[in-house]
Amino acid sequence: MTWSFQNDTPIYAQLIHTMKQQIVAGVYATGEKLPSVRDLAAEAGVNPNTMQRALTELEREGLMYSQRTAGRFVTEDRNMIEAAKKALAEEQVKRFLTAMTGLGYEISDIIALLEQEENKGDVSCQQS
Amino acid sequence: MSAILECNKLSKRYGTVEALNSVDLTIQPGKIVGLLGPNGSGKTTLIKLANGLLTPSEGELLIQGEKPGRVSHSLVSYLPERTSIPLWMTVDQLLDFYSDFYKDFQRTAAVQMLENLSINTKQKIKELSKGTREKVQLTMVMSRKALLYLLDEPIGGVDPAARDYILNTIISNYNPDASVIISTHLIADVEQVLDEVIFISKGLILLQSTVDEIREEKGVSVDALFREVFKC
Repeated sequence: MTWSFQNDTPIYAQLIHTMKQQIVAGVYATGEKLPSVRDLAAEAGVNPNTMQRALTELEREGLMYSQRTAGRFVTEDRNMIEAAKKALAEEQVKRFLTAMTGLGYEISDIIALLEQEENKGDVSCQQS
Repeated sequence: MSAILECNKLSKRYGTVEALNSVDLTIQPGKIVGLLGPNGSGKTTLIKLANGLLTPSEGELLIQGEKPGRVSHSLVSYLPERTSIPLWMTVDQLLDFYSDFYKDFQRTAAVQMLENLSINTKQKIKELSKGTREKVQLTMVMSRKALLYLLDEPIGGVDPAARDYILNTIISNYNPDASVIISTHLIADVEQVLDEVIFISKGLILLQSTVDEIREEKGVSVDALFREVFKC
């Protein structure tokens, strides 16, 4: 199954984003060897050069590293992955807040709504 | 590194109709290029010039520095816009034919692809549906280890699942020394597979750019840009 892409941003940027999510979610574990560029490109359904560009950028950011003959690996630095996770979370929060303030909600209302949602979650947990 | 395909002031006229008008174009190795344009814009003419089926009215077209001819025929793998495989053959016979004809034909790869597409190689080609014939021919074309693949509307006639499979084949066949030119109207389907796109209109090159440059600079997909540029 190929990945899905937004129409308004560069594909390599979206690949970087998805790869980060996969590393944070442990699809590729800390220190794990990554598939080849071609296999990753085929999995995502994208041009191999575009995938290469995304991986080079992820290396530059330190989330991956290459070994000349052995291939490409996820970083072993857990702090790095933790930081990437935090950055992705902050981005999600920002997006959510933008959407909610667009609907006319104040931060305090939003927090109240989130608490309400959390309580609902408790109820369903008890029932099950 | 030298260009795989180069056009210098290339023109082609059919009588008084100017199909290509002084086109300058370079395609480097390792690129998957989309040749995009409305009907009658000159896509097929350009592809036919590249494999020597047509000769230029003016200017030149070079494949690895040479005019299309015996040498370039062994380097170029061409998928015509219309299916042109012999209908009386079985798929197995077609495999023999391609093996005899092209030194770079990889029979095992072709057999594997046909199996993945659930095509029975014992069947005669005339017994196959139009879409299946297209799949068979594309399999033959992609199973050559060529330097330049010229695919004229490769995904137009096949179902979406086969389309995904074909695009996937193009990706997994990727070779940094070879290039692929795909002419198509189905931009949204191929966009993410392409390095570069060439917009062609009325025999002129309007734009040659990379997919991500277009997305970065204009904030829209190639598909959206195409619709904007060629709005009727």
